[in-house]
Amino acid sequence: MTAIEAKRRAEAPLLRRLLRLAAVPAVAVLGALIVGAIIISLSSMASGPLDLMLPLQAYGNMFEGAFGSVRGILFTIASATPLILGGMAVGLAFKAGLFNIGAQGQFLMGGIGSAAVGAWMAGAPAIAAIPIAILSGALLGAAWGFIPGALKAWTGAHEVVTTIMLNTIAGAIIGYLVTGPLEAPGFGFSRTGVLGNSELPAFEGTTIHLGVLIAFALVPVVWWLLWRSTLGFEIRTVGANPDAARYAGMHPALITILTMSLCGLLAGLAGAGQILGISHFMTPSYGTSIGFDSISIALLGRANPFGIMAAALVFGAMRAGSGLMQIEAGIPVEIIDVIQALILLFLATDVVIRRLLRIRAESAEPDELQTVTKSYGSGSPT
Amino acid sequence: MDVLYGIPILGIIFQFLGYVIEVTPGIAPIVLGLSAPIALGAMCGIMNERSGIVNIGIEGMMLSGAFAGFLIAGLVHQAMGPVEGFGVFGITPALLAGVLAAIVVAMLLSALHAWLSITIATDQIISGVIINVAAIGLTGYLNRVLITPNPRLGAGTFSTFRIPQEVADFPVVGWIVEMFVEQGPIAMSVVILVIVLQVLLFRSRWGLRTRAVGEHPRAADTVGVNVIRLRYRNVIIAGIFAGLAGAYLTLEGTSSFQNQMTANRGYIALAAVIFGRWTPIGAFGAALLFAYSGAFGQAVRIRPPGVEYADLGPIMAAIPSQVYGALPYIVTIVILAGVVGRSIAPAAVGRPYVKESHA
Amino acid sequence: MTETPARPPTLEMRGITKRYPGVVANDHIDLDIRPGEIHALLGENGAGKSTLMNILYGLATPDEGDILMDGQPVTIHDPNDAIDRGISMVHQHFMLVPVLSVAENILLGDEPMANPIFLDRRASHDRIRELGNRFGFEVDPDAKVGSLSVGWQQRVEILKALYRKATILVLDEPTAVLTPQETREIFAVLRQLTSELGTSVIFISHKLYEVLEIADRITVIRRGKVVGQRVPAETNEEDLAELMVGRDVNLTADRGESKPTDVMLVAEDVKVNDDRGHEVVHGVSFEVRSGEIFGIAGVAGNGQDELVETVTGLRKTTGGRITLGGTSITTASPRDLHAMGLGFVPADRHRFGLVLSFPLTDNIVLNDYQSEPYSRGLVRNDDAIRTRTEACITEFDVRTPSTDVPAGTLSGGNQQKIVVAREFGRDLKLLVLDQPTRGLDVGSVEFIHSEVIKRRNAGTAILLVSAELDEVLELSDRIGVMYRGELVAVVDARTADKEEIGLLMATGGKISPEATKSMTAELEQAS
Repeated sequence: MTAIEAKRRAEAPLLRRLLRLAAVPAVAVLGALIVGAIIISLSSMASGPLDLMLPLQAYGNMFEGAFGSVRGILFTIASATPLILGGMAVGLAFKAGLFNIGAQGQFLMGGIGSAAVGAWMAGAPAIAAIPIAILSGALLGAAWGFIPGALKAWTGAHEVVTTIMLNTIAGAIIGYLVTGPLEAPGFGFSRTGVLGNSELPAFEGTTIHLGVLIAFALVPVVWWLLWRSTLGFEIRTVGANPDAARYAGMHPALITILTMSLCGLLAGLAGAGQILGISHFMTPSYGTSIGFDSISIALLGRANPFGIMAAALVFGAMRAGSGLMQIEAGIPVEIIDVIQALILLFLATDVVIRRLLRIRAESAEPDELQTVTKSYGSGSPT
Repeated sequence: MDVLYGIPILGIIFQFLGYVIEVTPGIAPIVLGLSAPIALGAMCGIMNERSGIVNIGIEGMMLSGAFAGFLIAGLVHQAMGPVEGFGVFGITPALLAGVLAAIVVAMLLSALHAWLSITIATDQIISGVIINVAAIGLTGYLNRVLITPNPRLGAGTFSTFRIPQEVADFPVVGWIVEMFVEQGPIAMSVVILVIVLQVLLFRSRWGLRTRAVGEHPRAADTVGVNVIRLRYRNVIIAGIFAGLAGAYLTLEGTSSFQNQMTANRGYIALAAVIFGRWTPIGAFGAALLFAYSGAFGQAVRIRPPGVEYADLGPIMAAIPSQVYGALPYIVTIVILAGVVGRSIAPAAVGRPYVKESHA
Repeated sequence: MTETPARPPTLEMRGITKRYPGVVANDHIDLDIRPGEIHALLGENGAGKSTLMNILYGLATPDEGDILMDGQPVTIHDPNDAIDRGISMVHQHFMLVPVLSVAENILLGDEPMANPIFLDRRASHDRIRELGNRFGFEVDPDAKVGSLSVGWQQRVEILKALYRKATILVLDEPTAVLTPQETREIFAVLRQLTSELGTSVIFISHKLYEVLEIADRITVIRRGKVVGQRVPAETNEEDLAELMVGRDVNLTADRGESKPTDVMLVAEDVKVNDDRGHEVVHGVSFEVRSGEIFGIAGVAGNGQDELVETVTGLRKTTGGRITLGGTSITTASPRDLHAMGLGFVPADRHRFGLVLSFPLTDNIVLNDYQSEPYSRGLVRNDDAIRTRTEACITEFDVRTPSTDVPAGTLSGGNQQKIVVAREFGRDLKLLVLDQPTRGLDVGSVEFIHSEVIKRRNAGTAILLVSAELDEVLELSDRIGVMYRGELVAVVDARTADKEEIGLLMATGGKISPEATKSMTAELEQAS
């Protein structure tokens, strides 16, 4: 793209710019839903004749479950909350040229941290117990992000593999802690202790807890950090060109470690929110799909906090409505995973989509889709 | 021996070595089998990366292969009824069909990865992640829809080749022979495949051209090597290895399919590639190491150090059992941290090749 | 060497036209090459020479025009085709795989086979040794190409061509990385090829004096068109330069007198390691005064890059000291040095100089963003940043539609101007320039050279490192020569002899000038 073209697109009216930004993600979601519909129809053959209406019924149920009632909408928002934080945990890493697949492990560590400290402070006044429990989860998540960040900065070990390993190790740690030192007596199964005053307050009768507000509040904060602060400038520069960053006096190694820790903090907050606000305890094999969900959301939201918020709501709606879909239409919830994969597939082929829609290259800014592989196998820290 | 064990501080190391020597012959037979998926995944990774393509999607290819293999084998078995297994490995048409299906599915996914990486020039790591997410989602979904309603679906497994007891009991080397030979067909083929790939990579024309393309594709292009076609072919053929790895999981190692049963072996395979410096033999060694650490972890649980390891026993008992389960993953991180800084990947790995030059 | 006109030309390109979006790279170009001739293609960067040769080699297809070989029309689909027809190309950036051996590189694509799968190692070694001996190269077929010197790598490239029985050899800027001595040797080889084997050589260059020395005929290309054809005996450098650029060119900037004052930069016994831990700067000492330009000449790869990175804080020393204005800067960081008044124009502007995806504003404040007025604490002040950017764009005449476009959308010359604007636009004590005009058009080169001299006259100390000997000679007041990590000589520019410096660049002063002069005389007699 030439300089003149770049200027023209930057000066186009806001609405047109928004449409251009949202075009590819929108097409990706739509395309995925269509292909998903085909798969649903085909799988209806497993238990009878081909039912072409099944996808419509399924999607209808999903929409109804997500938006059809006030309770549904609130559930959607609550489901979206950890996804917003997880998406930012991955998106922020993308901006620094890193691929954070460790949101799952960071989430779990955040969860166990807040579960443990929360149970320990169950009797303390809520004004102290709640912030301390939240902070514990956040810090433990940050530590779990620090490890792969430090490994990358000091040894060059690529974060794609180390974060996945750490996810499994986090699971093992949870398993050990919940059946061992943190096991609460008196229940019929292994679980952490009662939270008491550490529980997050929620709006009457809903699942909208304090964590939800924190998550939504963090969106503009992270945006401001990335685009208006000097630290954000450093993060983006290290992601775009580590050599120039060094010349500019920045420290790529430090930025890598700091960014991964921040990402861990965000994912850890998600875990803390889930435990303190919704489930109220952890089990030895606490499962979560937040790891890969966050990647899809970060890519769908184009690594921009507001885009991520929108994408998280879409995914939250799908997951919230999937329960009703399974009950009424009999479609297993795993179809959401399939749709998610299809969304990623469409995003990856956006070049093809753009040619179809005759939208030209977005900007000279490297697509977050293009920048990550640069550091693989280079063997040198950042 | 006991004298060595009694030395303060150092004695623990000797005790540990003694314990290792004691348990190894017992766990050796399962080490090769445990290493098979990792080693085969590593072969897939080597073929990809030596050509210049990063393939994170080995995990997904393995999982999909495992599922497809199990499903097809089970369906064929259902259709044909019980059939006598042929030969020492108990080969049945169902099992054969399953292996074939696993390979085909993995090759199809490899073709997708090749298309995304080479033609569309998507970030290759993201392409791999997409395949992994897709595999988890699709296999989980189809598992629920097709297999769960059918709990008796299954074609069994390949049989293990049995060596005469006298050979197995042979002092010193008996257990080594047992380790490599008392296996099912896929695990036994691993050693052969590793050697074949090693030789081809460094002594054949294909190997030379592949290495050139992975290091300096433009140089290869200017002497007439078709970079794009070579990459496509290598990536797709590499899928065979990933498919075999998956087939091992559901048709030889076990006889059922569980969601996400690959348990991140695909990523461990990538670490094995790096550890082995992108050579088949090196990666195989790394895979054996990982498998051994996993087996060792199991051994500690089943047969903890006895009384003769006075200091070792309490130490190992104090370590939570989850640590032993997580051992391969911890070892992976340690290796990546220690090794990557010093070994160099093929120079052009991860960068899409753009053909026509400007002015 | 040249044949009578009765025989058809070995190669004829007629009316070749090639268009890329926004530019006509080749515009109806006619070129004819006779058997056994050395034909030079002369033109500036971007004039279209490389495009034409890519078409010849099958790496691009022409939109219009024909190619004829020995009078017969041919179509060349890809490099394999070109090679089969006897056309071989030695690119400016070598197409060699560093980790593979000499034999593997030469044979890649045309490997001798013992059987359908395995290579025949013995046959390949024999052939290579035979070829090498023919031309006086003794090359070890098993040596890893990455361990060879640049001159030897080029010989491997030529062996590649000979192995494929080339009748037309295309050399793209072959002397860009050679010392004058190595250049002379390669010229001798080329003359041997043309006279003994009848090979035709197409020699692409922008170096006027070399072209005059080696070519039988010269074709000048400007902006995609052929603007003239000459025979060396009937032309000179001024004539060729005018053809190349289209106007009267001032070939030497008027440097004027320098008035150096106090010593500003002192390097004492500086030792530096490269990325692999090998020492590449072995105790270099020099000083630069305010108001003078100290130029370091040397073939690329003799330690200059690492030395520059050390002076600018991007690399640690392993020994020695560096002071700036009396203060020790041996361990100073880039940010400290920036605050002390150091400006740096790096050799690789895409690596150290700019972030291509960021807007010009971000690039202008790349090393100032954290200080007032561009930010306070965490908060950035976008207005101040924009004001500074606009000032830079005006003062340095950067062609851009706005301050916010990504730097990557600017042309090479304008990108370098942004870097220069950022670095020059301050009160500087020391300015370090590394290959400041590499790859730029003549207009930008003129502009930057005059800005450098302006700064020198204003009292800045300037350290210039360039592989272009002409640039060093043109700008420097004193010249140092780096050879294998040592500063082997420091001379006053007014009395410097270009031959002598070239010799120092090639040999480090290890061979006496007289011996070399007689060696070259012998070589020239033999050809």
